[in-house]
Amino acid sequence: MSAYVTVRGLTRVFDVSKPWLNRVLEGRKKAFLTAVSDVDFEIEERTTYALVGESGSGKSTIGKMLVGLLNPSEGNVEVEGVNLMTEADADRIAASRSNIQMIFQDPYASLNPRWRVRDIIVEPVAAQGGKTEGLAEKLLEQVGLHASDAGKFPHEFSGGQRQRICIARSLASEPRLIVCDEPTSALDVSVQAQVLNLMSDLKDEFGLTYLLITHDLTVVRHMADRIGVLYLGRLVEEADPETLFNTPKHPYTQMLLSAAPRMDAFGREVPPPQGEIPDPIDPPSGCAFHPRCPIATDVCRKDRPAMRALAASKVACHLAE
Amino acid sequence: MTTPVLSIRNLSVEIPTRQGIVKPVDGVSYDVGKGEILGVVGESGAGKSMAGNAVIGLLNAPAHISGGEIWLNGRRIDPLKGEDMRRLRGKEIGMIFQDPLTSLNPLLTIGDQLTETMLTHLPISRKEARERAIAALEEVGIPGAAERIDSYPHEFSGGMRQRVVIALALCAEPSLVIADEPTTALDVSVQAQIISLLKRLCHERGTAVMLITHDMGVIAEAADRVAVMYAGRLAELGTVRDVLTVPQHPYTHGLMASTPLASQGRKRLHQIPGAMPRLHHMPDGCAFHPRCPHARDKCRAAPLPPVANERAACWFPMLPEEVQ
Amino acid sequence: MTTEVKDKGRWQRFLESDFFYAFKRSPVALVSFAVVCLLVLSAVFAPLIAPTNPFDPASLNLMDGFTPPLEPNAFTGNTFLLGTDDQGRDVFSTILYGMRVSLFVGVAAVLFAMVLGIVLGLVSGYFGGWTETIIMRVADVQLTFPSILVAMLIFGVAKGFTPVEYRDQMAIWVLILAIGLSDWVQFARVVRGATLVEKNKEYVAAARMIGRSPWAIMIKHILPNALSPVLVIATISLALAIIAEATLSFLGVGAPPTQPSLGTLIRIGQGFLFSGEWWILFFPACTLLALALSVNLLGDWLRDALNPRLR
Ligand SMILES: Nc1ncnc2c1ncn2[C@@H]1O[C@H](COP(=O)(O)OP(=O)(O)O)[C@@H](O)[C@H]1O
Ligand SMILES: Nc1ncnc2c1ncn2[C@@H]1O[C@H](COP(=O)(O)OP(=O)(O)O)[C@@H](O)[C@H]1O
Ligand code: SF4
Ligand SMILES: [Mg+2]
Ligand SMILES: [Mg+2]
Repeated sequence: MSAYVTVRGLTRVFDVSKPWLNRVLEGRKKAFLTAVSDVDFEIEERTTYALVGESGSGKSTIGKMLVGLLNPSEGNVEVEGVNLMTEADADRIAASRSNIQMIFQDPYASLNPRWRVRDIIVEPVAAQGGKTEGLAEKLLEQVGLHASDAGKFPHEFSGGQRQRICIARSLASEPRLIVCDEPTSALDVSVQAQVLNLMSDLKDEFGLTYLLITHDLTVVRHMADRIGVLYLGRLVEEADPETLFNTPKHPYTQMLLSAAPRMDAFGREVPPPQGEIPDPIDPPSGCAFHPRCPIATDVCRKDRPAMRALAASKVACHLAE
Repeated sequence: MTTPVLSIRNLSVEIPTRQGIVKPVDGVSYDVGKGEILGVVGESGAGKSMAGNAVIGLLNAPAHISGGEIWLNGRRIDPLKGEDMRRLRGKEIGMIFQDPLTSLNPLLTIGDQLTETMLTHLPISRKEARERAIAALEEVGIPGAAERIDSYPHEFSGGMRQRVVIALALCAEPSLVIADEPTTALDVSVQAQIISLLKRLCHERGTAVMLITHDMGVIAEAADRVAVMYAGRLAELGTVRDVLTVPQHPYTHGLMASTPLASQGRKRLHQIPGAMPRLHHMPDGCAFHPRCPHARDKCRAAPLPPVANERAACWFPMLPEEVQ
Repeated sequence: MTTEVKDKGRWQRFLESDFFYAFKRSPVALVSFAVVCLLVLSAVFAPLIAPTNPFDPASLNLMDGFTPPLEPNAFTGNTFLLGTDDQGRDVFSTILYGMRVSLFVGVAAVLFAMVLGIVLGLVSGYFGGWTETIIMRVADVQLTFPSILVAMLIFGVAKGFTPVEYRDQMAIWVLILAIGLSDWVQFARVVRGATLVEKNKEYVAAARMIGRSPWAIMIKHILPNALSPVLVIATISLALAIIAEATLSFLGVGAPPTQPSLGTLIRIGQGFLFSGEWWILFFPACTLLALALSVNLLGDWLRDALNPRLR
């Protein structure tokens, strides 16, 4: 097996300053928000890599940089050995890009309400001038809908069916990697099960690689081959699901796992986690988690921990063991 | 037996639409006792919010209560209108919604909102109200409550705002709190904080809580009893432990089985085929029969299945050995 | 296996839509739509309906001048439905032909304003930055002046540039330009607003990701979703444009007497009001009122029907 995607030092900074005039009048400086900070990971071919984290931890930003909707401020994304940031040959970049597709969270906003399902599904192919005869009908059946649904409009479908249409669209250009940004967060559990099963089936059938972005730990555990935990734009821990859920090493991962509601935890009385996610415009010094960390020491406040191997995991923590 | 704080009997809500009258809530009955958290769970569109809004008289026209009774502390409240209903809200029923911003006035400081609510409903002085407001904010875990009481809602984070809303809902010491998806917009770590806060306050003060959510995990952690709703009707009602460990209604069972669980490993998830029927195309008989693996002719016939044995509205409740 | 299924046609979908349902049940919409249709059709088919061609000097008889409605002329014995003017032109016919001019100018000006406004609105909403700042500041400045003033200004400037011998010929086009330019701001604003909302939706991200050009995204994806408010504004603007044209023509800076619009007719008619020939003013004025009012009512109804939240 080889790494299909390699991400190195990925960083994205947003300029969140007020307009020029307001800054001058109110005497403020420019403000920058580091949404993603120095993130490294690799995705093996035909596996599912999951990024988990709470909202604002930079998951979607990473996904968007991977598919080319955003440019990184720093760092590299390498797909099949092609460095998308430095490669000079535009054709090679286009070829790599067409191998990556994305599924979005909101099944209502991600389909153009004025387009017929057929046109929505074949757009990735039609835009490149490819042949689209019967393609939509074939894909619709592959995702468990009817060929006759091709002539309908999105509003005629339920949330789960819309997400299937999104999946069909993402498959149209025969991609190898699909970035799934919270694909089931807007769906009910029974529908979520249908969509997750479909995703697994398609992965086996087409040999797909997934980057699964979600905040839902149960979904991650079910789907992922490898998990990266994000906190405030930084990767804090990486491991396979067994290791991560059984022996979480990073204090943040431990906190997250204990906070997640469990179906077998009737009347569980555990002390809830302390504090809240800090302001990303002005993140804490050193380890970003130190203000909430039960074991933090002086070194945590001073130095940002580097990712290091610890047993079967990788952890960015000075003290984890 | 003591009378329950809230008692809903055969509640139905109707909405006249272009395609005919629909019933988003259809013959629902449940009680919430003192100091008890009743979880109301179901997929979106099951009528959970509609039932909650009916209790506080907040149905938007043309939706209206078309049948049944609602009793609060032994007093029938569904016929109440206008001013009477408004006084009841806030004084005897507190409300917490999914989006804290809808319950807070962006133009008033949170202190003003808390004291106003208390002054309207409690016989206390303004000074006393302010002291109580600070105490209430401290109680819901807002650090530096005395300084932050004069802040505006937008100066708080999402989790802190929801705490303020809880303080606001509880400040007039209501006997019932309706919390409609109070943690759905929040992150897991904040959700855990809010749930543990709700549980603590409810048990300390003996407030009855109707906790509406679509998340079985939240129900398991927070609720004492649970009402499972499907297509506007009650599917199953019982203690959390009973309903979640040995579900009797095939829908509850399907819902539980389709949640990814650690113990299942990575095998395929159980699927409930199809989707919840649209209100305009409600099937005859049991609303779940088109998706039910156990459905027989009796289920498809017109009369609804009874809530047999006080648990599941099903003609053929599942036996414990059918539930692995 | 792929089975050919017939998709529901546009017309079929329209007949089943909530929009059409609401239309059928609104008396205001039905009546104003009927009036608009009646007026537009009679303007379009004026040559077939009008008893005379008022601009064909051969068919005019000065002796018919000042005939009151439905009374035989003292000299010729001819009767006219709505009477005649000083030249002996049949008022009914001049109204039909005048309405043609009014409607043509109104529709053309609104189309012009609409295209301009849509393009500028899409561009400023989608690209933002300096493009947006410049376009929207120009719009703000223009909004501070009454649009009739802007139209008069543009009309004067444009007329100054037209060679004298073409002035009458070009007058209609200059009028269209002037009214159109005074009216694009509303379109641009509403399209920009819709673009700002739509461009952040995920279907636009999906289109960007597969490498569609900004123009393809603006025209094919965003514009169809911004059309409802544009339709509302276009209808209301049409009423205003017809009034604006009439105002300009009434002031004598609009349609020339060789191609009179309703406004020109009203200007001509007001000279005779106090000498007792009221019908020369009255009927064109009523027609203008009926046209503008029914179009405006239709526009108001459209706004309510297409955007229930605005009510
Ligand atoms: N276009 C943008 N401009 C400014 N800030 C942004 C932008 N997009 C995202 N952010 C900020 O970056 C951080 C990470 O956002 P996101 O990647 O969407 O997080 P997640 O998907 O994990 O919830 C957040 O603090 C968010 O406010
Ligand atoms: N004005 C309305 N007209 C028709 N149906 C409505 C209207 N408002 C709500 N509904 C329907 O009522 C049902 C119950 O909604 P709700 O109580 O909000 O569900 P839940 O809170 O369980 O997600 C939904 O199926 C919804 O589509
Ligand atoms: S009544 Fe019949 S259809 Fe309904 S849940 Fe029970 S077994 Fe299934
Ligand atoms: Mg996100
Ligand atoms: Mg709800």
